Formats: sequence, structure tokens, C-alpha cells
Amino acid sequence: MIITTTLYDQLSAQYAERETATAEPWLSRLRANAFASFTANGFPTTKNEEWRFTNVTPYLKEAYQLQPAAPANGGSAIDLSALDAYEVVINNGIPVELPVAKGLSIHSLKEAANSPIVQQYLGQSINLSQQGFAALNTALFTDGLLIEVDKNASIDKPLLITHHYNAAWPFFAQPRLLLIAQRSSKLSVIERYVVDGQAALFVNGVTECVVAENAQLDHYHIQATPTNFHLVNFTQVSQKADSLYNNHTYTLPGASLVRNNLHLDLQASNTESHLFGLYLAGGSQLVDNHTLVNHANPHCYSNELYKGVLADSARAVFNGKIMVQLDAQKTNAFQQNNNMLLSDKAVVDSKPQLEIFADDVKCSHGSTLGSFDENALFYLKARGIGEDSARNMLVKAFAFDVTQQMPIAAVRDCVEALITQKMESLYDRV
Amino acid sequence: MLSIKNLQAGIDGKQILKGINLEVNAGEVHAIMGPNGSGKSSLASVLAGRETYEVTGGEVIFDGKNLLDLSVEDRAREGLFLAFQYPIEIPGVSNINFLRTALNEIRAYRQEPPMDAKEFLRMTKEKQQLVEFDAKLVNRSLNEGFSGGEKKRNEIFQLAMLEPKLAILDETDSGLDIDALRIVSNGVNKLRSDKNAFVVITHYQRLLEYIVPDFVHVLYNGRIVKSGTKELALELEERGYDWIKEPAYSNS
Repeated sequence: MIITTTLYDQLSAQYAERETATAEPWLSRLRANAFASFTANGFPTTKNEEWRFTNVTPYLKEAYQLQPAAPANGGSAIDLSALDAYEVVINNGIPVELPVAKGLSIHSLKEAANSPIVQQYLGQSINLSQQGFAALNTALFTDGLLIEVDKNASIDKPLLITHHYNAAWPFFAQPRLLLIAQRSSKLSVIERYVVDGQAALFVNGVTECVVAENAQLDHYHIQATPTNFHLVNFTQVSQKADSLYNNHTYTLPGASLVRNNLHLDLQASNTESHLFGLYLAGGSQLVDNHTLVNHANPHCYSNELYKGVLADSARAVFNGKIMVQLDAQKTNAFQQNNNMLLSDKAVVDSKPQLEIFADDVKCSHGSTLGSFDENALFYLKARGIGEDSARNMLVKAFAFDVTQQMPIAAVRDCVEALITQKMESLYDRV
Repeated sequence: MLSIKNLQAGIDGKQILKGINLEVNAGEVHAIMGPNGSGKSSLASVLAGRETYEVTGGEVIFDGKNLLDLSVEDRAREGLFLAFQYPIEIPGVSNINFLRTALNEIRAYRQEPPMDAKEFLRMTKEKQQLVEFDAKLVNRSLNEGFSGGEKKRNEIFQLAMLEPKLAILDETDSGLDIDALRIVSNGVNKLRSDKNAFVVITHYQRLLEYIVPDFVHVLYNGRIVKSGTKELALELEERGYDWIKEPAYSNS
């Protein structure tokens, strides 16, 4: 009976089954290497430095199945109705609606697996031997999206990707996205999650982005999900010369576990990158953001600002690494992590890291930890503003440096409304 | 309007207010003067409800209600306003949003409907002109990057917007140049009416040339040791505070 087998056994069985099926030789090799990388170490434990503060083992104990049950409808959604966008829906990891837009081609990754562009890029940018979850996804992903922005195409509307999950029993999903922004193209992508039903969900997602010469990619990731949701996400970005990549990652109260890995590989000179993150956590949530910006070439600029607000007994990890290689002269790299703790039981592990091998660079990093400014609270209350409103204003003000960075007003409004709504539910429990 | 009887309060067990008695009626302006450390700002903080102070005795009745039983926000909603000696900078909270929230929470407390956007805008414009507050500052983050004078003028602008019954001005004049002092004082004078009252806390008599008080009280060592009319302020200016500190007065 399949239900009694462990997740690991199921994954092994799925791989064995997959191996016998016919596939492109290059893809079989990629999957074989990836699976070997995964089985060499298995799921990461806290003995792995990159997972020191995040023990995933308890979260993997659910009786996850690799296939979802028949869909159930209803449930929670992030209201982005004000956004005029091209929309893609990925239902339990399988794309079901693919929009047509000028300059933008969107395919099911499964169906496009034979195309040269997939062969050229898929799995090429990730160091699989050190990324167990990403290796597992590479070995076993069944479907996802191939998104390609044509050369010189500036897409008129953002692309909204909705990851919709509605499994009736515990489901372990491994979606895969490959996004290529060709030379001098421009696109905004918004990823969000919609979760129906009460069954536990574990999503091990991998997204690879290639931002070609002079291209611009604005990437939003909005994670507002219920407690039955668990996410380990790996985003690998390869930037070519003169490219611009902006990432906005928002984790809101809900999901029991969120681990975001965001790796930027600056593969040529004169690139610009911005990483903005906000995590609000309550209950017993664990939110872990691991970022790596690899400055391998001269004259690149990167700026990172992550802010966190933690209530109840929530835990957060920020691990930001900036690597400045020997050749990366004239690098400008900045990183800042600020945290606000609203409860005595909340914990933050903040680990900013800077490794510099070049000698002509401008770099900075910093981390702060604080609580509500009592003087500011008193000032607001002394004007007749109630405790909850005052706290809400201060949280929004704290988040403001991050939220104001979102250029699309409809997304910004949606996220700000979510912050208000989710924070109110946290205060109710205080 | 405000009746303070034998008010005693302190911080961390250290007694600062040692029995304050004060009656303020509608239409009156009271000045509270005194040397540094006499308890002037503490009195303002205790009345506004700052949690760091512990009230150890006495009572304060504000418009028939026991003020000390009310939360900080409810005191404000009942019509008490404290103009801060050091207004707080809050980056990311816009001045205008802050005022709208404050005004509407006060209205909700009084079971009035929220003010509509048009009316709010009209009122903002009117009050901002009344107290000569720069329109550009209205839309900025609350006090962020404001000069000392701009912060104090913002306090008076908020006072004009919220229309409290009783306003306590805590050393609003400190750090102001003569022009800013004139503007702040003009604002207060325009807002004076027979329905509201002001308690003006100051170290210097200078402010009282612009805001003419009905009564002047001298606070020393946690007690009001002398009360009089505006002439008392002039006398203090001339003779300093030392003569007040003589033991003879504390016996009186």
C-alpha cells in the first residue's frame, strides 16, 4: 500500500519508474545526475550549515503523496483583480491556462522538453550537488512552465502566475519554471499562491531565470498561504551584461514553513540587481530567506533590503551572502536586514555575510533587531489613535522602505492590504 | 474643565509630583513655569497618560470623568491634547494619513461618522493656513527631517485639526527662533475660545508675551509653590527662581 511508504521511498520509486520511461538522452542524464546528488545527502539536516536554523525533517513527516487527489474548489485567494495582466494558472503543478501575448511565449515545460532552449538552460545554472531540494526537483519534476520573452520585446502587461493547489490529501509537489528574457526584452512576473482545502502541502519549487544582455526582469513572489502550506523554493537568476533584475519577495503570516533560496549569478559586467524582501510571521511559523549574490564580474551593482516583523513564537532566518570574486573590481554591493520583534517568544537568526576577494569595491552589510518604538506608539495614541491602529501604522511604516519599491501600484496596494489584514489577525491573538 | 487634586506620581519609585492642585476652566489660559527638574514635563506626561509614570495618589477630573482611569487614546478622544516637547519622527507614516486616522478615531469614539474626503481636505487647507503650516510638509512623512521649528508648528497644526477641549503645550517655545515663536503663538491665539482651555508649560517668560495667560503657576520640587497673574511671570523673569525656593514659601 503506497500510503504507508515514506516520502523518500516514494521518491525513489518514482525515479525508478521514470528511468524506464523514454526520455531525451540529455534529460535522462540531467535527471540521473540530479537524483544521484539528492540521494548522496538526502534531505538536508541541521548539520548542513545552510540549514542550521531550519530543520525540515518534522515538516516532511506528513503522509505526502506525489499525486494530488481530485480537485476541490473554493478557498483563499490573493485579490489581484485590480491588476491588468496576462494570467497563467498552474493547478497542482500542471499548467492549465496558457495566455497568448505578443513577444511572449508560454509553454508547458513537459511539452516543451525537447526544445533546444530547454536543453540549453534547464538545470545548467544550479549547483545541484549542494542543493538537495533543487536536485530532487530536477530529478523528478513532472511539469511547469517555459516562459520566453522575445528579443527586444517589452511586454505591455505583467504576467501573473497563479500556483493553485487543491489536493484532498497530503501532496508533495515539485513545480519547475524556466524563464528566459532574451536580449533587450522587458517583463514583470508576479507569482502568487492560491490554496484550497485543509490537506498538508509541501511545494519544492525551482525557478531558473536567465536575464540576457540589456534585458530587464521584475520578479514578484507573493506568499500569503494557509498554515497547511510548506514551501521550499529555489530561484536561480543568471544575469548577462547590462541586465537588470528586480526581486520582490513577500512572505505573509500563514504557511508553517517557508524557505526561499534566491541566488543571483552575475555572469557579465555592468549588471544591476535589487532584492527586496518582507516577511511577516506569526503563530509558530518558520520563514527562512537565504540569498546569494555572486559578483563574478566588474562594474556590477547589487542592493538588498530584507525586513521582518515577527509575532507570537514565529521564527525567521535571514542568511544573505555577497560574494565578490577576484575579477569583480568596481563592485557596488549593499545588503541590509532589519527585524522587528513583537513578542518575547519570537526568534530571528540573522546572518549577513560578505566575502570579498577584489580590492577596489564598495560593499556594506548590516543587521538590526528591535521592537515597537514605545515613544512612537505613545505619540500616535496621544492623538486618539487606538493601540491596534497605532501598531498597524508602525508596522506599515517599518515595511514602507520595502513596499514602496514595488512599481506596479495594483500589486503594491494588494500587498499593503494583505499586510493590514494579516497583521490585524495577529494582534487579535495578543 | 480640569480639576487636579493632590496629584502624586513618580518613576521607578522616585516621587516627582508631590501633590499638585490645579483648577482650569473653559476659556482660560494657565502658564506653568518653574526651574529645570521641577516636574513640569512630568505633569504633562502624567495627564496625557505616559505609561512610564506611576500615579501614587490624588485624582484628576476632566469634564466630569476620572482622567486617570482612561487609556492614552481615550484621553485624547475625550478632548485632551498634548503638544510634545520633542515630537517624534515616524518615517513611513504620512502626516495627512496620521491626521485622518486620528480625526476619524476621535469621531468614532463620539459616535460621529467618518469625515468625508472632501470635507477633510477643506479642513486641512483651512487649518494649515490658520496656523501658517507649510502645505508641502502636510504630505510628508510624520515629522521626518523636519526642523525643530517645523515640528513644533506641526504640533500646533495637529492641535488645530483635532480641536481639543484642553491643550497642554509642553515647552513648545523651546528651541524656537523669534519668528517661529510668533507663528506658533499666533496659531494658539487664533485657536483660543471660551469653550477651550490651554495649559502652557514654559521655562521662559518670553512665550507669555505672545500667549497672554490668565494665571501663572510656579512649579518647584513637585508642587505648585506660587500662583498669580501674568505679572508673576514678569517678576520671575526679573528675579529668577531662587526666591521661590526659599523655605518660607514651601511652608505657605
